[in-house]
Amino acid sequence: MRRAALLVFLGLLSWGLVGWAQPGKEYTVPADTTLGAVAQEVFGDSAYAPAIMRATNAKSLADPSFLKVNVLDMKIPAGAKLWIPERTWAEAFIAFWDPNRPEDLFGGGKLVVGSWWTAGGEAEGLNALFEIYGGYYPDVQIVNATIAGGAGFVFRAVIKPRLIAGDPPDTFQLHAGLEVEGYSPETYLTPLDKLFEIEGWTEVLPKDLLDLLLYKGHFWGVPVNIHRANVLWYDRAIFEEYGLTPPENWDEFFTICDKLKAKGVVPFVMGNAGGWEAAHLFETILVSTVGADGYKGLWTGETPWTSEGVTQALEILKKVLDYVNPDYAALSWDGAGEYLIAHKGAMMIMGDWTNGWFMAKGYEDYGWAPVPGTRGIFDALSDTFCLPKRAPNPINALGWLRVCGSKEGQIAFNRLKGSIPARTDLTPEEKALFNPYLQSCMEDFARDAIVPSVIHGAAAIESWVTDFKDAVNLFLATKNVAATQASLVEAAEAALAAMGQ
Amino acid sequence: MRKRRLKGERLVTLLLLLPSVIAVCVFVYGFIGWTGYVSMSNWNQLLPDYTFVGLRNFLKLFAHPRFQIDLRNLAVFTALFLTGSLIIGFLLAVLLDRKVRAEGFFRTIYLYPMSLSFIVTGVVWRWLMNPGSPQMGSTGINLLLEKIGLGFLKSGWYTDPRVGIKAVAVAAIWQMSGYVMAMYLAGLRGIPEELREAARVDGANEWQVYRYVILPLLRPITLGAIIILGHISLKIYDLIVAMTGPGIGFSTDVPAYFMWETTFHANRFAQGAAIAVILLLMVSLLIVPYLIFSVRREAEV
Repeated sequence: MRRAALLVFLGLLSWGLVGWAQPGKEYTVPADTTLGAVAQEVFGDSAYAPAIMRATNAKSLADPSFLKVNVLDMKIPAGAKLWIPERTWAEAFIAFWDPNRPEDLFGGGKLVVGSWWTAGGEAEGLNALFEIYGGYYPDVQIVNATIAGGAGFVFRAVIKPRLIAGDPPDTFQLHAGLEVEGYSPETYLTPLDKLFEIEGWTEVLPKDLLDLLLYKGHFWGVPVNIHRANVLWYDRAIFEEYGLTPPENWDEFFTICDKLKAKGVVPFVMGNAGGWEAAHLFETILVSTVGADGYKGLWTGETPWTSEGVTQALEILKKVLDYVNPDYAALSWDGAGEYLIAHKGAMMIMGDWTNGWFMAKGYEDYGWAPVPGTRGIFDALSDTFCLPKRAPNPINALGWLRVCGSKEGQIAFNRLKGSIPARTDLTPEEKALFNPYLQSCMEDFARDAIVPSVIHGAAAIESWVTDFKDAVNLFLATKNVAATQASLVEAAEAALAAMGQ
Repeated sequence: MRKRRLKGERLVTLLLLLPSVIAVCVFVYGFIGWTGYVSMSNWNQLLPDYTFVGLRNFLKLFAHPRFQIDLRNLAVFTALFLTGSLIIGFLLAVLLDRKVRAEGFFRTIYLYPMSLSFIVTGVVWRWLMNPGSPQMGSTGINLLLEKIGLGFLKSGWYTDPRVGIKAVAVAAIWQMSGYVMAMYLAGLRGIPEELREAARVDGANEWQVYRYVILPLLRPITLGAIIILGHISLKIYDLIVAMTGPGIGFSTDVPAYFMWETTFHANRFAQGAAIAVILLLMVSLLIVPYLIFSVRREAEV
């Protein structure tokens, strides 16, 4: 029943969006003229003529009563119907249109969107974006080119050869932050600085995120959401039964673990079948031992990896391993979550996509807190979409990026995906559309110190992330603190040297 | 007249062969050469960088702790997989060779696992060897052991770093021993009954018949099986992906998996190419002597 009501509501919402999502206005030419003259009249600049041509042609594909403009300097007869796009769209078009590509003046064609969003929640969120896009640009055929695999593990391996071969999709997903280095953006991607300026995104996106998005002085991707990595999830039933409260620091954490272990409950659950989950855990422990600034410094070379905080973090991880479920190597993070749902495991540390998964599972008995020792710190990651240099339909992709950065796009997407919008200009009514966890997450995001997640592509270049992950994976077997710290130091030196190139 | 026709035939043959020769040259040997070239370059980001760095990537690789573990895993896997498949395959062949009833039925059953892809085998054995936990209960083999009162034999299987790759070898043996059986069975059928009779008349017992008559005669089959299983083993990748991934502390990691990760996740294209070259060299150590051997034999025939 509730589901049906939700569907009706979403249907109305998307219908409403389509209803007012007509970017521009109709314009009937009073006397014989040219596009340049029309552009001069409506925009005050004849340079906007190509934008009007593209918008009118796109419109005429759906509604033949509009004029089909064949060449830019065509004579426009009196009484012809044109479509004048909204100003920001026209500006973006002029900024990104390559005059050597007259085919972009005609509208239609495809929009191939590459992403790794195939699971419940995220796939629905992506569809919501498609629906909004379809409302704006009904002439474009959307192709959903997803490749499954957590955190884009497989997707990234497929997209890279395509970029090198010059056969990229029109736009694809990548994590905000230094992950973009792995795509050699100066060669393969288009900088989006002008789009950020035209759309005013530099005003509405938080400064920490903007810093993260800048690579070599340019913006390369449009962020759609924010996820938090440092969340401790716990089963409220177990915590109530044994009179426990969520731990604020690691001493409290281990006291709780000892109590629960004695009762035969698995104190802490994790999975590591994907190979990255333990490194995710270690990242959040690092944040707790070296603090927000110290952690950020680890990735810029300001905090040495030889420091005491890193040693402490490894000692804590080693101790945590005494309390984990014995089958963690065989489970993915969601498989580990089954322990909580069955009330057999008490706590787990995972990003806040867990919230969406719990909801999908119909599990409501969970609580959340920051990872011990990280209250006031928000370990963030963000998904963005970029514009490959050799995108076959760059103008269609441009429209997609505008939808991704728009308020309506972000609200529709994030409510389903279970993340918070990257924009900070939501009204209280708009915030109320989100579930309780996401609302508390938005508050924390506005208040906390933001640090970039490493395992999710924000803090470091990909080769460093791989070395970091490998060091932690080896540690799970050896539990050798000194050797692991040494290999972390070595990885940092190599990566910082490579970045200095 | 006759000579000219021969020449014409030759030309046609050559023309017919040419497309595939060119395709193989470009897409096999050309790419092998290209990979070798990349393996000595400095290509460490998406944008290709063909600066020549000599053998630096190889030296780095052999000093890499993960690669050292991978090589050790590969050695253990290959040794277990080869001996396991050969022994089990041979025993099955000997048993089937005893003119059992419904031999075709058993033969099909033993041979069937080979028709599966390693991905399917991997998924099935991943479930069979699920470690389970006291809280969530056991499944697969551990559950079986529990039910028949052998609970003390329960193991973490592939999740236990001390077992690791050996568990994967079990799955591989399960899949390929039927194939070895089929090869040996064909070989056994080719050995004339008179030879065995003669040995028995000479006073050999059944064990001695196998030890001194059958096994030596089967040597070409054994060699063929080693070559086939050996190159599967050195290239093993899909079974690992489906069954375990690299595992805790890389206990189930192999060079091919490392190659994929380092190339497409760490963007170390040169290092990935170096691993590919090392794999190629290892496989050719196995294949080239075999090719020489078979070419020579063909010449003799």
